[in-house]
Amino acid sequence: MSAGSARLGGASTSLGPAAAAAGRWGLRLTALCYLGFMIVLPLSAVIASGFKEGLSAFWRDIVDPTAFGAIKLTIWMALIVAAANALMGTITAYVMVRYDFPGKRILNGLIDLPFAIPTLVTGVMLVALYGPQRTLGAWLTAHGMQIIFATPGIILALLLVTYPFVIRTVQPVLMEVEKGQEEAAFTLGASGWTTFVRVVLPALARAIVTGSLLTFARALGEFGSVVVVAGNIPGRTLTAPVFIYSQIESQSLRSASAMSIFLLAVSFCLIMLIEWLQGRKRKSYVAQ
Amino acid sequence: MSHSRTGVKTLEPDSLNVSGTRAARRSLAERLLIGIAVAYAALLLVGPLDAMGWNAFAGGAGEFFKQVTSPDAISALKLTLLIAAASTAINTVFGLSVAWLLVRDKPFPGRGIVNSLVDLPFAVSPVIAGFMLILLFGRSGWLAPVADRLGIKVVFALPGMLLATIFVSLPFVIREVMPVWIQVGTEQEHAAYTMGASHLQTFWHVTLPAIKWGLLYGVSLSFARAVGEIGAVLVVSGNVSGMTETATLFVYRSLDDRNYVGAFAMALILAVASFLILALMEWLNKRPEIKR
Repeated sequence: MSAGSARLGGASTSLGPAAAAAGRWGLRLTALCYLGFMIVLPLSAVIASGFKEGLSAFWRDIVDPTAFGAIKLTIWMALIVAAANALMGTITAYVMVRYDFPGKRILNGLIDLPFAIPTLVTGVMLVALYGPQRTLGAWLTAHGMQIIFATPGIILALLLVTYPFVIRTVQPVLMEVEKGQEEAAFTLGASGWTTFVRVVLPALARAIVTGSLLTFARALGEFGSVVVVAGNIPGRTLTAPVFIYSQIESQSLRSASAMSIFLLAVSFCLIMLIEWLQGRKRKSYVAQ
Repeated sequence: MSHSRTGVKTLEPDSLNVSGTRAARRSLAERLLIGIAVAYAALLLVGPLDAMGWNAFAGGAGEFFKQVTSPDAISALKLTLLIAAASTAINTVFGLSVAWLLVRDKPFPGRGIVNSLVDLPFAVSPVIAGFMLILLFGRSGWLAPVADRLGIKVVFALPGMLLATIFVSLPFVIREVMPVWIQVGTEQEHAAYTMGASHLQTFWHVTLPAIKWGLLYGVSLSFARAVGEIGAVLVVSGNVSGMTETATLFVYRSLDDRNYVGAFAMALILAVASFLILALMEWLNKRPEIKR
C-alpha cells in the first residue's frame, strides 16, 4: 500500500502502483455498492412492486377515489403554497438584501430555522397554537375557522416547512443584480414600483420559479408536519404521502407502491426541470 | 452586502436633491415591505414556536421534567442518539468514498448518473423511503431470505430504522464535502505523494484537514436530519414503545394518546437540539473555507 516503498527499491515499484490500483478499485467498489444498496435497490423494489400486476392494475390503484382525492388535494395544497412562497419569499428576500433595519439578524436566523427544526416539531408547534384544545384554536373554531384537522392546517404546515426555499434562492441573485441599474431607472423618473417590475423582477424571474418549484416538490412529499395537523380524513384532508402510510398500515402494499411511483415520477420531472433552470451552476460540482 | 449598503449611502443625498417627496414615498414603501416581511415571519414561525414553548410548561416545570425523564422518554432519546450517531458515522465514511469517486477519481462513463443518484433521497418522500425497506426486507421481499439467513430482523426493528435514517440523510456529507474538495485543488495532495506519503497518509494528513470544515458542516446537517426524521422511521418501526421508539416517534404517540404536555415537552427538546445544531452551523459557515 505504501507509496514510500515504491520510491525506494526497483523491485517494489511494480508492487506499489499495483497496491494503489487495488486500493483505488476497492474505494470505487465501496462507493458504488453503497449507492447501489442504499438507493438503486430500494427504488427498484418499489417500481417492481407497483407494476407487479401490470399497467392496468397500477392505473386502477391511481384512479381509485381515495387515492385520486389524495393526489388532487396534495397538488392543490402544493400549488397554493408555491404561489404564496413566490410572493412572500420575494418580498422577504428583497427586504433582506436591500434594506437595513433593527432585527435583521434575527430575521436572518429565523429564515434558516425551518431547515433545522424537525418537520414533526413544526406540526406540533401548529397544534400547540391552533389545536382545538388551545386558547386561540378554540376561539377560531368557535368563530367557524377550523385550522387543525382541516386544509388551513395543511397549508400552514407546508408554508412553515418550505419558508426558506424561495428566499434563499432569490437572495443571492438579488445581490448580484446591479444596485446601480435600479438606481438609474429610479433617478430617470421611474417610480419604485415600475423600477421593481421592469428592472428587478425580470432578473429574478428564474430564481423565483426555481424556488417555487423546490417548494412544490417539497410540499408533494411532506409527511411529518402534515400527518400531525391534517386529521387525515380520506377524500378531505388525506394527502398523498399520508395515503401511502395508511395503505402500508392496512397491508395494501400494491396501492402504496402505485402512489409512491406516481410521487417519484412527479418529483423526478420537477428535479430535472429545476436542474435545467439552474443551468450550469449544478454541473460545476462534477466538472473539476 | 456591505458593498450595496455603502452604495445606498452615497446615493441618498442625490436622490433627495432630485425629489424630496419621492425619497419620502420610498421610505414609506420601504417601511411597508419590512413590516410585511417581519410580520409574516412572526406570525408563521414565532407564534407557533412560542405557543409550543408555553404549552410544554403548562403544567409547570415539574411536570415538564416528569415527562421528559419518564422511562419511555429517556429510552426514546437514547435510541434517537444511537441511530443519529450511527447513521451519521456510516454516511460520513461511505459518503467520503462517494465524494472521492466524483471529485478525485478519473472520469468514468455514468458519472453524471452517479452524481444525480446522490440527490435522489432529497426528492423521495420520507414515507416512501421507509416503504422501500418494507418491500425489500418484509415478507417475500428480495432481501428477506438474506436477512433470515443472517438471523437479522430488519423491518419493525432497529436495523430497518437505521437504514431508513441513512437513506434520508445520505446526500448531506457528500454534497457539503464535494465543493470544498474541488476548491482545495490537487496540488498539496500531489506534493505529499511525491514526498513519499501513502494514499492513506495523504488523506489523513493533507486532504482531511483541508476539507474538515465542509465535512463538519455536512456531518451536522446529517445528524440534525437523523434526529428529526419521522416519516421513514415511523413506517419501519412498528412503534413498540421503549423498544423501537425514537424521540420523534415518542412525540407522535404522545399526541395520539392525547398526552399533550409530553408531546410538547419532547418536541421542545428536539427544537432546542436543532437550535444548537443550527448555531453550530452558523459558526461553521463563518469559516472562510466554506464560504458560499
